[in-house]
Amino acid sequence: MGRQTPLYDSHVASGAKMVDFAGWDMPIHYGSQLNEHRQVREAAGMFDVSHMAVVDLAGAATRDFLRHLLANDVAKLKTTGAALYTCMLNPAGGIKDDLIVYRRDDGAYRMVVNAGTRDKDVAWITEHAADYGVTVNERPELAMIAVQGPAAREAVHGVVSDGLAAGLADLKRFHALAGDGLFVARTGYTGEDGYEIIVPGDAAADLWARLAARGVAPTGLGARDTLRLEAGLNLYGSDMDEDTTPLESGLGWTVAWEPADRDFIGREVLESQRAAGPGRVLVGLVLDGRGVLRGHQKVLTDKGEGETTSGSFAPTLERSVALARVPAGTTSARVEIRGRPHDVFISRPPFVKNGQPNLQI
Amino acid sequence: MSDIPKDLRYSPSHEWVRDEGNGVVTLGITDHAQESLGDLVFVELPEVGQSLAVGDEMGVVESVKAASDLFSPISGEVLEVNETLGDTPEAVNSDPYGDGWIAKVKLSIPTELDDLLDADAYTAVAEEEED
Repeated sequence: MGRQTPLYDSHVASGAKMVDFAGWDMPIHYGSQLNEHRQVREAAGMFDVSHMAVVDLAGAATRDFLRHLLANDVAKLKTTGAALYTCMLNPAGGIKDDLIVYRRDDGAYRMVVNAGTRDKDVAWITEHAADYGVTVNERPELAMIAVQGPAAREAVHGVVSDGLAAGLADLKRFHALAGDGLFVARTGYTGEDGYEIIVPGDAAADLWARLAARGVAPTGLGARDTLRLEAGLNLYGSDMDEDTTPLESGLGWTVAWEPADRDFIGREVLESQRAAGPGRVLVGLVLDGRGVLRGHQKVLTDKGEGETTSGSFAPTLERSVALARVPAGTTSARVEIRGRPHDVFISRPPFVKNGQPNLQI
Repeated sequence: MSDIPKDLRYSPSHEWVRDEGNGVVTLGITDHAQESLGDLVFVELPEVGQSLAVGDEMGVVESVKAASDLFSPISGEVLEVNETLGDTPEAVNSDPYGDGWIAKVKLSIPTELDDLLDADAYTAVAEEEED
């Protein structure tokens, strides 16, 4: 048996099928992954993402520290609550993790990192923080609920105080607001609008129940994966890892090159890769016919071989899509499924945008 | 607990077989199998006329999360396949022993039916997996 989140009993009571995920017992679905996927695209669903780690940073030099630690630049965060998606790199430019960092009051920052990497992340961050006198505080007592879908924000506004609801109504995308003991961020991993709510563990089950009463459907990690894939969002450990750089992972846009004198970890290697052009890139593939693309299938292209990094049936498209790492300059591709090549189209992700198909074929 | 009809025979790899008389069987995957796979999105059917031996790969069922090979529980020749699964693979989830059937096969060694599991024996196999 793995670690349990404060919502474990809520999941079991809702009929969840629990599976191991990075050492945690997590709900894969509550009956039908497809129905849960559609509910998020059409109305609202909620996910227990308490297995992700909240890491709070404080100290006078925290901003300087993060400008060194992260490939994106926290100097872009001008106001309290502003958020940034970024990679954290190793010295070779490989991705240690992808994460969201939030600016908080008084020069403090909050990071939310992946469950599977939390221990190595915290060790890495702590090691480098020492030079800056920054304190690193992991917050295992906090739970996190993502509420996503076109009806998600309204549902959340209905379960918080009037004051917080009014603030949230004006909250911009990629910004967070604290209130009612919650930390509510207008972020997500589905391609839909909505919130990720950090809540004290002992208040999580009550918040979950109040959202359910508003018609927000419990949604498992299975649907979370098909939703993020349709939205063209990378999964750490599948689509990128320590051996791939942001430029090889479709994440060049998250690297802040200016100012040129900002010395972030991995910069030197990235600069030379940028100058030469990466030899391999991450692209989106759409299967032209029946069948299902999966991760680790061989991709045959006009420039050589590649590999799918994740793939699935895309419920919104009713066909299969994948992300694949292929030689740069690839213009045509086929994917081997059980030894037989299948024609695919190359389509720039996201495959689904604002709940609608977005194929660039 | 999944549905395991008494009048069918089963393979340990989760196929069911219904004896239609005159040497013909209908086969598919069990309720337990569809439940473990989750929502099906693609079924690769065997070919009509294909000859099968016990244990041959005869197709693939794919759910949103995984692909699973179909293994022939008997020997014989494929007479008919359920073409409707091309458009409605979810019939295997909703009605695994009815609309979700996969193929009809003319037996070449009818006594093989006796080697398959009965409902009680298959129940034990399925329960062991659920633990």
